[in-house]
Amino acid sequence: MTQLALVIDLNVCVGCSACVTSCKEWNTSGESGGGMSDKNPYGKDPTGTFFNRVQTFEVGEYPKVETVHFPKSCLHCEDPPCVPVCPTGASYKRKEDGIVLVDYDKCIGCKYCSWACPYGAREIDEKQKVMKKCTLCVDRIYDMSLPEERRKPSCVLACPTSARLFGDVHDPDSEVSTAIAERGGYQLMPEWGTRPSNHYLPRRKTKAHVTEEALHRIDNPLKKEEQRTPVSSDLPTLDDFLF
Amino acid sequence: MHPAFSVIFLTTLIGAGQGLFLALYTGQVYNTFGVVGDAAPSSLYIAGTFLVLVLMGLGLFASFFHLGRPERAWRAATKWKTSWLAREVIVLPAFSGMAFIWGALHYFNIDPVLVTTGTVDISLSLVVGLLAGLLALLLYLCTGMIYAAIKFIQEWASPLTVINYTLLGLASGFSLAAALAAWFGSSLTNAYAGWTLVFTLVGFGTRMFSLYRNGRIKRKSTACTAIGVRHPKIRQISQGAMGGSFNTREFFHHKSPQFVQTVKVFFLITVFIVPITLVVIGWSNHLFTLLAAAALVQYVGLLAERWFFFAQANHPQNLYYQAT
Ligand code: SF4
Ligand code: SF4
Repeated sequence: MTQLALVIDLNVCVGCSACVTSCKEWNTSGESGGGMSDKNPYGKDPTGTFFNRVQTFEVGEYPKVETVHFPKSCLHCEDPPCVPVCPTGASYKRKEDGIVLVDYDKCIGCKYCSWACPYGAREIDEKQKVMKKCTLCVDRIYDMSLPEERRKPSCVLACPTSARLFGDVHDPDSEVSTAIAERGGYQLMPEWGTRPSNHYLPRRKTKAHVTEEALHRIDNPLKKEEQRTPVSSDLPTLDDFLF
Repeated sequence: MHPAFSVIFLTTLIGAGQGLFLALYTGQVYNTFGVVGDAAPSSLYIAGTFLVLVLMGLGLFASFFHLGRPERAWRAATKWKTSWLAREVIVLPAFSGMAFIWGALHYFNIDPVLVTTGTVDISLSLVVGLLAGLLALLLYLCTGMIYAAIKFIQEWASPLTVINYTLLGLASGFSLAAALAAWFGSSLTNAYAGWTLVFTLVGFGTRMFSLYRNGRIKRKSTACTAIGVRHPKIRQISQGAMGGSFNTREFFHHKSPQFVQTVKVFFLITVFIVPITLVVIGWSNHLFTLLAAAALVQYVGLLAERWFFFAQANHPQNLYYQAT
């Protein structure tokens, strides 16, 4: 079974929000869904619908502090609590690839599913009055008119630091599964048993470990030469024997 | 959570409607089995059913304001196998319809005796009423479970939610019935007033217990599990929106703690203390006005109780919106 998902590397995310804007651009101008409406986009309190948001957290206390940029979108849970609560069946999880979607033609905008998502990943569209959320760009990842390397969610293509990986987390050999296994990928709020498909890769300390020995090699041939006892001119040389 | 007035009115109105019907039916059972001396006038049942249907209708009307696309509301019955909301959407009209039939049987005076044991006649309306009564109880379960089924809203995820919805609905319904019976001068007033006191007092106990429980909740989710960073000091400095978002509007009440505290004290007084006092005085002196005032005050109090119920719930998604 396939389970498509994103793996987000918090170690390299710089919080530039390129994924946010490219997501908004693709999903607003795309053919599906009728866009993501905004209110006061250029006014005092701009607000609107987003599938993806980058938040920033400060961990620790000055001077020992780290800034964590944290992109957050629907995690396409393997056991999504938002799906069974939907009274209309508008929210569903696709069998073939595990993407959790909302059928905008069936949704009645009761917001119950947004209550049932512990991550706050769903947002109502104030104009269309239906629930919206990340679709993993379902309308482009299967688009055969695109070259294969472009058949990825918009956010993944936009990320300048390659912090976003996309693939099948059920395939043990995929890029995403390898990243999760090798770099300690984890899930958000594991305590609720939702089993999110999206994983996050933790921050790492990228420190090079340089020892004294590595800088001054004991067996450095140059150093060995330096340590040679200086040749005294009083002693007979080879030339003395030859001539 | 943001307390939406549509849902506050929906739950309180239908809760009272169900309670009122159960009271009317209790009256019929009492009459049938001779618990209360003289038979209640059927005008009490007819007026009562009318009131039940008005309450249910108003509740349904209020609920439409909660929907983004009310014109598609009929779809909401499809997923009854998994969704308590869908179940409520089915049971609500089923109960209203059954209550309507019950009232109509009384109105047209069609009440053939189905079975008779000589002393007790089991009539058609008694059976219809039983079905409607069971649906009323089922509807309390559905309404309560809508909230209790969301396991990560820890204030709600408890059987107490269903118990409180049921008891408070019954209390408001029976207090309404007591006033109604007093208006019609029925001897059922005593029984209704008695039950009002029982439900209100027991409801007071369970509601206090849920307040006690909710004051001591140990949160399962923390900022650490939310972003997966193990550190005791995590502070949010940006939430990905400048002018707020759906997440900051839907999941916060945006009121001061003092305001919330005031609402709590207000509802404890108006749902429990004042109605109990009024019912005791009104009952012993057979004063319709006091019984009616008790029902009215209790209903207003329940609006505040429901507001508090929503405001108190702290959704784990708020961990991602700490800057609000
Ligand atoms: S992240 Fe939320 S909306 Fe997405 S599948 Fe999980 S529970 Fe549903
Ligand atoms: S808002 Fe739409 S998708 Fe969500 S539970 Fe209601 S009908 Fe289903």
